[in-house]
Amino acid sequence: MSEQTEQVEQRNKRYNKYVNAVTPKSSIFKSLIKSFWVGGVTCLFAQGIFELYQWAFPSLDTTTISAYMLCTIIVLAVILTGAGVFDKLGRYAGAGAFLPITGFANAMASSAMEFKTEGLILGSQTKFFSVVGPVLVNGVVWSALAGLIHYVISLF
Amino acid sequence: MPVAVQKILTYLLVFASGGLLCMLAQLLIVRTKLTPARILVIFLCAGILLEAVGVFKYMLQYAKAGVSVPILGFGAALAKGAIEGAKTLGFMGAFAGGLTATAMGIGVAVCASFVVTLIFSPRTK
Amino acid sequence: MTSVTILKGENTTFLPKNLQSVSEAETVQSPEKLAPAKAKQTVFFRNPPRICAGAAVVTQREADGPVGEYFSSVVDSKMGEKNFETAEIRMLKEAVTSAAAKAGLWPRELDLLLAGDLLNQITSSSYVARDLGIPYMGLYSACATMTQALALAAALLDAGCFTNIACATASHFSTAERQYRYPLEYGAQRPPYAQWTVTGAGCSIVSSSAEHGPRITAATFGKAVDFGVNDISNMGAAMAPAAMDTLYTMLRETGLSPSDFDLILTGDLGKLGSDILRDLMREQGIELGQNYSDCGTLIYDNTQKVYQGGSGAGCSASVFNSYILDRFLKDCYSRIAFLATGALMNPQSTYQGETIPCISHAVIIEK
Repeated sequence: MSEQTEQVEQRNKRYNKYVNAVTPKSSIFKSLIKSFWVGGVTCLFAQGIFELYQWAFPSLDTTTISAYMLCTIIVLAVILTGAGVFDKLGRYAGAGAFLPITGFANAMASSAMEFKTEGLILGSQTKFFSVVGPVLVNGVVWSALAGLIHYVISLF
Repeated sequence: MPVAVQKILTYLLVFASGGLLCMLAQLLIVRTKLTPARILVIFLCAGILLEAVGVFKYMLQYAKAGVSVPILGFGAALAKGAIEGAKTLGFMGAFAGGLTATAMGIGVAVCASFVVTLIFSPRTK
Repeated sequence: MTSVTILKGENTTFLPKNLQSVSEAETVQSPEKLAPAKAKQTVFFRNPPRICAGAAVVTQREADGPVGEYFSSVVDSKMGEKNFETAEIRMLKEAVTSAAAKAGLWPRELDLLLAGDLLNQITSSSYVARDLGIPYMGLYSACATMTQALALAAALLDAGCFTNIACATASHFSTAERQYRYPLEYGAQRPPYAQWTVTGAGCSIVSSSAEHGPRITAATFGKAVDFGVNDISNMGAAMAPAAMDTLYTMLRETGLSPSDFDLILTGDLGKLGSDILRDLMREQGIELGQNYSDCGTLIYDNTQKVYQGGSGAGCSASVFNSYILDRFLKDCYSRIAFLATGALMNPQSTYQGETIPCISHAVIIEK
């Protein structure tokens, strides 16, 4: 039995090696350039909005303006998702689209929209965080840990 | 240095740092079999770590939106809030601070998604 | 893509052990001479039933492809329904009713519906069965459901049970996508080796009383084959071993060689999967020539941005029930082998790190 399992494992290993050799890979250079410029432009756009708000609301501090700026691009991304544009951007740019906070907004809005057909409460709203859930959970847990470590250090 | 040149330099830095972070994430996607969700979590945790050791504020000073807009910035904001919460409120503050600091973004994202859900339906591709 | 030769291992081959031990003397030269006991997986039909009609319902994307002109109807992907699931049900129902109409039957005159689809608990097929009000058996072999249905229908008809059996399957890009992958509007990038789920439904009417139409003369029921591929995007590579296993068994047990067929047609391996199948068969000493093709590569062309080609239960069903049956009517073929392949995983099993078991059932169809 064990000999047979070993043979199967060996066969699978060999097959996977072969599959890896024949499977076409995406052109790394091209996809890197695409995600670079889309990601860069997203950040640049955000910076532009940031400076616009700085000019428009001179009384606010940078943290608040920064929060306003993030909210603006989040709303834009959600609207683009609803209009069916963001997924095309995502397919083109890959990480350039999903790594910025706009990708977070797209993930939330798209899962909310997708399950609308099962009803707002049982469909859409239970699936709201189905894609972004890991980000929120990990963010809360590990930031709390960071806060706790700082608290413990501050005790001494 | 004239103001205009300084501005252009800042923009270049924002563009380059944002682009580089996305490029790094894309490299992970193409080279490894990591899914987008895993990569988001990795970058988020990197942001938390950078903030916790106190490096992120220097990055933010130079790269501005280039590091605060990628998910790294979200992690850093969470960590910054949690650390500040721990400073002001003590032990329990560490749990509240992160969400308090990022509450506006999350709230807006949830409300906007809700409204968009009411208006639009997904299209077939 | 140029095909790559398999790196020969030391002492392993891709074939299961029991097949290697079959000696040359045991194989039989023609299906007629074959003693049924010797063929373990292949069933030969003494009264081969005929496929008397077929219908395929697809959307515009499929109709824009190379075999677009053969589809019996082209519909909108939502069909004016409130969701994509209902649209899939409507498509499947339309395929069954129009195939029955082509066979000169009312849907209620069908004796049995053998149907399956990709959704949880094969609901689309069951709703169609409810609406038609005929006896129904739900089948699931993922994308291989079409050949499973054809093989079972032929076996039932050969045994003298029933007269007209409808074999139908459907898949829908938008319903499959949300079940197996991400929300539709989520900006996820697909790897270049991914495939595109066909939005389409196909139905064949298999009849023991029909005078015309190609006959199903033999069927090979496949094994669940798992070569340890766990990449949910790389379906072609996961399913190719199952196709190889069934095709090899079929050729061995019928004593036929690839050149005896006018067409060897796999279901939805896509470009990459087809190339892998060619390599795997070459390693077994069988060269698949010009007569080998794949529904996934037939249904879309290169300009449609579908990566490696079509996939899904509707892929093989719609191509077979339009283009292939049409070519049979025009006497282009005298014998074909039709092997649809299916991946038998669900999202949970892949998240749990399980590899993907795949299956392929084959039918031999003669003029």
